[in-house]
Amino acid sequence: MTFDSAVAYRLHERVALRPEPFGALAYHYGNRRLNFLRAPELVALVESLDSYDSVRDAFDAADIDPGRWPSFEKALASLAASDFLVAEGIDP
Amino acid sequence: MTLIDNPRPDNLVLSPVKRSGLADQMKAGLDAPICLTWELTYACNLQCVHCLSSSGRRDPRELTTDECEAVIDELQRMQVFYINIGGGEPTIRKDFWHLVHYAVDHGVGVKFSTNGSGIDATVAEHLAQSDYVDVQISIDGADAATNDHVRGDGSFATAVEAMEHLRAAGFEGFKISVVMTRHNIAQVDDFRAMADRYGAQLRLTRFRPSGRGADSWGDLHPTDQQQRDLYHWLIDHPDVLTGDSFFHLSALGEALPGLNLCGAGRVVCLIDPIGDVYACPFVLHDEFLAGNVRDEGGFAQVWQQSNLFAELREPQSAGACASCGHFDACQGGCMAAKFFTGIPLDGPDPECVLGHGEAAMDSVARASVGKDHSRTAVVIGPKPIG
Repeated sequence: MTFDSAVAYRLHERVALRPEPFGALAYHYGNRRLNFLRAPELVALVESLDSYDSVRDAFDAADIDPGRWPSFEKALASLAASDFLVAEGIDP
Repeated sequence: MTLIDNPRPDNLVLSPVKRSGLADQMKAGLDAPICLTWELTYACNLQCVHCLSSSGRRDPRELTTDECEAVIDELQRMQVFYINIGGGEPTIRKDFWHLVHYAVDHGVGVKFSTNGSGIDATVAEHLAQSDYVDVQISIDGADAATNDHVRGDGSFATAVEAMEHLRAAGFEGFKISVVMTRHNIAQVDDFRAMADRYGAQLRLTRFRPSGRGADSWGDLHPTDQQQRDLYHWLIDHPDVLTGDSFFHLSALGEALPGLNLCGAGRVVCLIDPIGDVYACPFVLHDEFLAGNVRDEGGFAQVWQQSNLFAELREPQSAGACASCGHFDACQGGCMAAKFFTGIPLDGPDPECVLGHGEAAMDSVARASVGKDHSRTAVVIGPKPIG
């Protein structure tokens, strides 16, 4: 399923984040994959997702330079592709 | 720079990391290990000739159940996501399953290594029901003769039986872990076929001269040509797990997938059955002992404050390898392999693919008696002097 920034996403319930100097380590207990979130702003964005009705709304509220949005959106898409993020309404 | 790196769970990180600066952050160490190995017991029903921990007999000073639980509590606080439990044969511990459940209930996932002797049909059924527990079956040959030469009579049959149970129970993606030796390296395709047959994932790791491996090194370590063949095979099979253990081969060309540097004390460490914390699973020697989980401050204190780990997180000198154009690729190889063959830590890897290792070994062999490994026997009381 392709990533759609018009809908709401949230962190998979079996994913844990561990703060690190570079951002955070993310671990998925279900598929046993590890991800490195390579910017503190990305960590904050990911953690905020479930408060918004769409990814776009989360971007609007986040303190991220719009010039960097494409790279952040790419990161979110990658997280969704490995099941770290799930679209609202989808039963993981 | 990319914002995301997603390594395979067994291997630490994928190669883009190296180019994007995360490797430097890794070298400087993390607040908690990514990958922690915990040898729960030295007791073992096998006596493999290459055992890195010289296992066989239980150490009477083993951590108690309460002490193990306290360590798990600490790992939970540090957010260590999962641990690799080994031994010895960990399932021999009477409280093994209790500790596995305790870890999982505290958010610490478990992968455990076993020779298969503890995996019957009932155990396999239980394991298949938990996503939080992963199993790694150790074999060292694709047939009984090759395997049992290293692991002992009947050990191949035991491992196969365990894999049959896991498959029958529907446990998908368990690991088949093979230490690459001179005698089995030609069987890599057979191992892969075996993994496919069982719906398992193949994991190949490097043989080190640690523990009893120091004694069997001469017989078991791969030839130069075998190392080259393995390198190309691994490049062609990036889905095979390696624990990032073959980074010394990256000097042959394109880097292998993974963290091409030594993670000892930086992102990896080992807790042994009596609670001693070492820099990695392959250096059970006083020189790489950082502390003990029974000490005040526990494991976190050792990981974050020990002098040894602080040293390992400092930029390392390329030493004798500084003038070699391939140091960036191989990072001088494996610390444990150097140490137990008597090569200085800033010297070349004994299996340096450019041939520098043999010359280094020749020169140290003349100059000293070499380094012994600390666990030649189970002892009570003070540790032997290495």
